[in-house]
Amino acid sequence: MKHSFEDHTATIPAVQETPATPSAPRRMTLNMGPQHPSTHGVLRIVLELEGETIVKAEPDIGFLHTGIEKEFEQKNWQQAVTLTDRVDYLSNLSNNLVYALAVEKLLQIEIPPRAQWTRVMMAEFSRLNSHLVWLGTHALDIGAMTMFFYCFREREDILRIFEMFSGQRMMTSYIRIGGLALEPPRGWQQAVGKFIRAFPSKVDEYEELLNANPIWLRRTQGVGFISLEDMLDLGITGPMLRGAGLSWDIRKSEPYSSYDKFDFKVPVETSNDVWSRYRVRLQEMRESAKIITQALEGMPDGAWQADAPHVILPDREKMKTQMESLIYHFKIVTEGFRVPAGEVYQCVESPRGEIGYYVVSDGTSKPYRVHMRTPSFGNLQGLPKMLEGILIADSIAALGSMDFVLGDTDR
Amino acid sequence: MNHSAILETQDAFGESTLIADPARIVDLCRHLKDNEKYIRLSGVTAVDLHPAEPRFEVVYHLHSLDRNQRLRVKCRLAGPNPEIDSVTAVWRSANWYEREVYDMFGVVFRNHPNLVRILMPVDWEGHPLRKDYPVHGYKYSYPSE
Repeated sequence: MKHSFEDHTATIPAVQETPATPSAPRRMTLNMGPQHPSTHGVLRIVLELEGETIVKAEPDIGFLHTGIEKEFEQKNWQQAVTLTDRVDYLSNLSNNLVYALAVEKLLQIEIPPRAQWTRVMMAEFSRLNSHLVWLGTHALDIGAMTMFFYCFREREDILRIFEMFSGQRMMTSYIRIGGLALEPPRGWQQAVGKFIRAFPSKVDEYEELLNANPIWLRRTQGVGFISLEDMLDLGITGPMLRGAGLSWDIRKSEPYSSYDKFDFKVPVETSNDVWSRYRVRLQEMRESAKIITQALEGMPDGAWQADAPHVILPDREKMKTQMESLIYHFKIVTEGFRVPAGEVYQCVESPRGEIGYYVVSDGTSKPYRVHMRTPSFGNLQGLPKMLEGILIADSIAALGSMDFVLGDTDR
Repeated sequence: MNHSAILETQDAFGESTLIADPARIVDLCRHLKDNEKYIRLSGVTAVDLHPAEPRFEVVYHLHSLDRNQRLRVKCRLAGPNPEIDSVTAVWRSANWYEREVYDMFGVVFRNHPNLVRILMPVDWEGHPLRKDYPVHGYKYSYPSE
């Protein structure tokens, strides 16, 4: 049968109405997405409306499913780092980090302090990047267009820093198993210093634009409530929980990559609405800037890769003079390194919440199974609970406050 | 930790794992949530050990905020058509996690409120993360063609 546009639209009506009966008011089923700009990606939500009130919401995901978990099983351990970038394009370094930490736990190798601090700094830049895109697009949805330009201005600087470090703006793959992809480039202190000295005043600028803006206040305050018990039961993590008064941050509760050596606060708000999530994320930006400043000032000297010849490619010079280095080089390049059999679960605090990688090794040079517990997948499950009972006009503000990335949801 | 559904405990890499009796998983999970304060279910996933038997391992990652502890619970299921009880009655978050496992591995969760595919199209055949599922060369035809 020939497939035409008319046929297709005829089979899937965008709007469906049921007639009103004396007992039940008239209901309308509205299809939102998957190409709706305000759903921040390819998310489809089937809304059931009574007048303008949402009585039922059903998210439909999977449009961006690319089989990343299956692909992991085909790559060798180090190659698979590139896949972690592609899960969540806004916090790729957090994904690099959690995968590297998980595999390093299996390998039981020690990462030198300089690499750990650089990892922390890059992960925090990644958080800034993600929060900036969130703030810009979320404000744009609610009608504050200027914010979008301001946030993307700063994001551009961050992407330049990423490019300086790794040669890539978005798919950095900078954090590798055993350390970093490259030594931090010459002059990085100046670039990072310049950005981080100016950044707090930029956050002031955002707050000036939004904090007293009556439209912003009325569209965010008291909108998108979901109780803390529901959130914990439905699998929501991250700034959503901190916006509801729960002070839980994996960087503090289960410190990794020497986060325990940094001084920062976990911002908590209690009003549990879009406004409190906005406040939490803005304060997190300030805290991230503090962490980056500390990393800049106290960056340790020394190696940027682990002392693990069976994992790390050897130095060019050593390869020419030492037989063993040449053998390791040959083995790593041709087969990849082997990881001892076992299973680990490693989680980190991403900008969106808990990313957990469950990595299973069978002792060969390829992962046997990698499962990604992604924060967007967990968070999105709570969306119906949050949308039900609110006005359709508020749904955009409410779902924007969740800050999900659909690539992260569907993998 | 004492419960008759626990068959074995393992400790490796600073993480604890319980191997549980699949027939009594709901019972055990309720005990862990109510008495051991594992109020969060971080995720549910599975591992296909094909061609070994029992072939599937369903893996639950639990998290206790009060005690700041994580726990892994595993159930081993035999055969190509595994079934296990759903834990959605204990944690609502299991709903999507179990749908994903069903979609990717074909593990059927009994008493699940809405066990349909979540990532693949609803009319997809096969379960992609099984080890005997091919990586290349699969052609999909659209239902209307």
